[in-house]
Amino acid sequence: MPDLSIDFAGIRSPNPFWLASAPPTNSGDQIMRAFDAGWGGAVWKTLGTPIINVSSRLGSVDLGDRRMMGLNNIELITDRPLDVNLREIAEVKKKYPHHAVIVSLMFDTPEEWADILKRCEDTGCDGVELNFGCPHGMCERGMGSAVGQEPKVLTELVKWVMDSTTLPVIAKLTPNVSEIVDPALAAQAGGAHAVSLINTIKSVVGVDLDRLVPVPRVNDASSHGGYCGPAVKPIALRMVAELFRQPDFSLPISGIGGISSWRDAAEFIALGAGSVQVCTAVMHHGYRIVEDMIEGLDEYLVSKNMSSVQELVGAANAGFREWGELDLNYHVVAKIDEAKCIGCNLCHVACWDGAHQCIHMPGTAAIEGHVAPMAATAKKRAFEAASLIASGRTDVEPYRVPWVDETECVGCNLCWLVCPVSGCIEMVEQRRAPETDTWNDRVREGRDFVPGGLKDI
Amino acid sequence: MAERDWKVPAKRLEAGFEDKKPAFDAGEALTEASRCLYCYDAPCIPACPTAIDIPTFIRKIGTDNLRGSARTILESNLLGRSCSQVCPVEVLCEGACVYTGWGRKPIEIGRLQRFAMESAQSPDLLPRQPATGHKIALVGAGPASLACAGTLVQMGHEAVVFERDALPGGLNMTGVAPYKFRAESTLAEVEFIRSLGVEIRTGVEIGRDFTAEQLLEDYDAVFLGVGLGSDSLRGIPAIEGTGVIGAVQWIRGMKLDPATSVDGVGHAIVVGGGNTALDVVQELATLGVPSVHMVYRRGLADMSGYAHEFKNARNVGVRAVEHATPAKLEWRDGRLVGVSLESTQSPASFESRDMPCDLLVVATGQGRLRDLVEQFPQVECDQSGRVVAEPESLVTGNPRVFTGGDCYNGGKEVVNAAAEGQRAARAIDELLRQG
Repeated sequence: MPDLSIDFAGIRSPNPFWLASAPPTNSGDQIMRAFDAGWGGAVWKTLGTPIINVSSRLGSVDLGDRRMMGLNNIELITDRPLDVNLREIAEVKKKYPHHAVIVSLMFDTPEEWADILKRCEDTGCDGVELNFGCPHGMCERGMGSAVGQEPKVLTELVKWVMDSTTLPVIAKLTPNVSEIVDPALAAQAGGAHAVSLINTIKSVVGVDLDRLVPVPRVNDASSHGGYCGPAVKPIALRMVAELFRQPDFSLPISGIGGISSWRDAAEFIALGAGSVQVCTAVMHHGYRIVEDMIEGLDEYLVSKNMSSVQELVGAANAGFREWGELDLNYHVVAKIDEAKCIGCNLCHVACWDGAHQCIHMPGTAAIEGHVAPMAATAKKRAFEAASLIASGRTDVEPYRVPWVDETECVGCNLCWLVCPVSGCIEMVEQRRAPETDTWNDRVREGRDFVPGGLKDI
Repeated sequence: MAERDWKVPAKRLEAGFEDKKPAFDAGEALTEASRCLYCYDAPCIPACPTAIDIPTFIRKIGTDNLRGSARTILESNLLGRSCSQVCPVEVLCEGACVYTGWGRKPIEIGRLQRFAMESAQSPDLLPRQPATGHKIALVGAGPASLACAGTLVQMGHEAVVFERDALPGGLNMTGVAPYKFRAESTLAEVEFIRSLGVEIRTGVEIGRDFTAEQLLEDYDAVFLGVGLGSDSLRGIPAIEGTGVIGAVQWIRGMKLDPATSVDGVGHAIVVGGGNTALDVVQELATLGVPSVHMVYRRGLADMSGYAHEFKNARNVGVRAVEHATPAKLEWRDGRLVGVSLESTQSPASFESRDMPCDLLVVATGQGRLRDLVEQFPQVECDQSGRVVAEPESLVTGNPRVFTGGDCYNGGKEVVNAAAEGQRAARAIDELLRQG
């Protein structure tokens, strides 16, 4: 059985699944129930100078009948008294000594930081996470993403923290920057032990078109909030991967952003995350989802002959490269399985209007000289079916399987993505040449050029 | 001959039926709409006799554009509301759904269409051409005439519908199975057609209140949507008391006559193998008649009724006797008590079979209204009594008389009547604009 336990920057946890600092980690009672359900760690809802929250607080992006593909919030840090939170942190840690309890913090002055870090140490917590990410409500007060967006300030603040504590320190980064590497290097320069990302994305989740007020509505108005949930996963994955492959960045990364399943978690870990943090999926379905996450990750590691989570960390890194390093001679074309096709023609309309006009309706003829192995058959079958139907046969269906002009197919994947039948469209490899060729090779060897030159090659 | 306030009686058997396919609420509709693949060149469209752009109206439910959804439906079929509930979708749109061919549950197109119609049907969805001054008379207020009249007023013409019955709607009012569509829903749809600008006069009859010649004189064109005649009781032995009734008459009673009841009916037999017979047996079984048989003169495989309806009938406990016909009726004190069946095969597949029976419903077809339609000069019927017309324009032998619905097609679905009515309207419009 693979070892799911982790040691993340000195923080030990029975598995890599942590609850992110958010409503699911608001209180000791919640976190104890989460640990009972199987969560390996929890980052306590951010402590700071107490605030007053608004009502309402959440807005959602639904996709058809699927709820909460994206979630936006305008809730701030904890609104519970500091003493109560600290007392509960100590209680939880005492009851669950082998689980990771990390305290998220957001303070302003060096004195405040020094004071809270001392009090955190007294609780017996495993580490602290510095909230440099909140893009709403707190940044206006000079905290949260206001820090995360200013590398120099970030370094300075981390230094204050490092001067005041021996606890493991994780800097939580905001994605609301043009280059994620800059704040990450700044955290490293300040001496942080690890980073976590992403915090939420600054967002307006929607507009109530009846009232003409954005949502979530607070009386007669709304404000921008922080966006999270399954929809943000690709953004977070890219940032995690980019930090992991950054040569001069060496801190452990805790991955956050749209993780809802073991598969999401495995993807983050494979691109470099040493632990993962989850919020929206728990807000949607409760703590119970972790059982499947643990089981799924365990099954996956077994299937890959990996003995620990650590073996998976960054395993997909080698496969993540600059565009200029991709093989230009690799080529795939779409093949439609006639036996599986249900005739919805979604591939045709997608290719026709949204791609390269190479998937054609049956009954049409191929351009002379083009490679289109199914065209003639499709035409014959469409004609035969049509004439049988015209002759009054009611047991014959029209022939509706489209065909691919392989000469025109660029191998973009769009048809394969829109096809509702699994295994009906396959992208089949047809290399343009046996040897590898990349854009960088071409420029380096003078076979291609960039107007104005290309500095980095 | 004024327009009236139409009312259906509150207490009637029909009111006790539940919808076999209940209305979706908004959440269910969104879930089902999300399942639709939004096929390109979708096979459900040509499977609809009115060619509703089904993927488009479903997508509009998914985007919360309900008025647009209803508009998409009505642009192709003004009777989209009743069709959503009475269409045999299993053999039309849903039968053609790519999911069906894939061996999966098809999109519930009928229920989605009902949701769009009940949510957003409104006369202001459709544009109306400037008035032309042309007037068209429509005989019969069934689906064919209503669809035709509604289309004509959109084109700027005046349309007046004449109905012999006290209530408008034709078979949608009197003949549709109550678990599919009820009389008050028919009234709502008629009111919708009226709100488009159609005038409907009920309780008026050709030959009594006016003549065919008068109509041709007062109106620029005439549409005949008179449907079929009363139940045919041909082949049924002599009737010497109560307990024998034609199917159309029986359904009408169940839908509109508070006096109709199944109290005391223990054994019902329905003669016939068509969809009307299949409706009646399901209605009787659902109303609690303990024993319901359908008796068909040919084999079950030859039935003209839909296989899915036969399956539904079997599911509610209906039993079938094939290759049989009533040879003798047994009476006691003026009431039917039994039926003696004999084989229709030669040699006989069984000796005569006596069955207890206190209600015999005859669903072997309806008569034709040949005498009525042939009052119009140059209008002719074929051998089986159907009005002869050119299939595309639906013009009869008289260039100013058009037709559609059961009197033309011999008895098909509401959606066929709607399609024919609308096709005739386009031909009438063309004729009048040329004139």
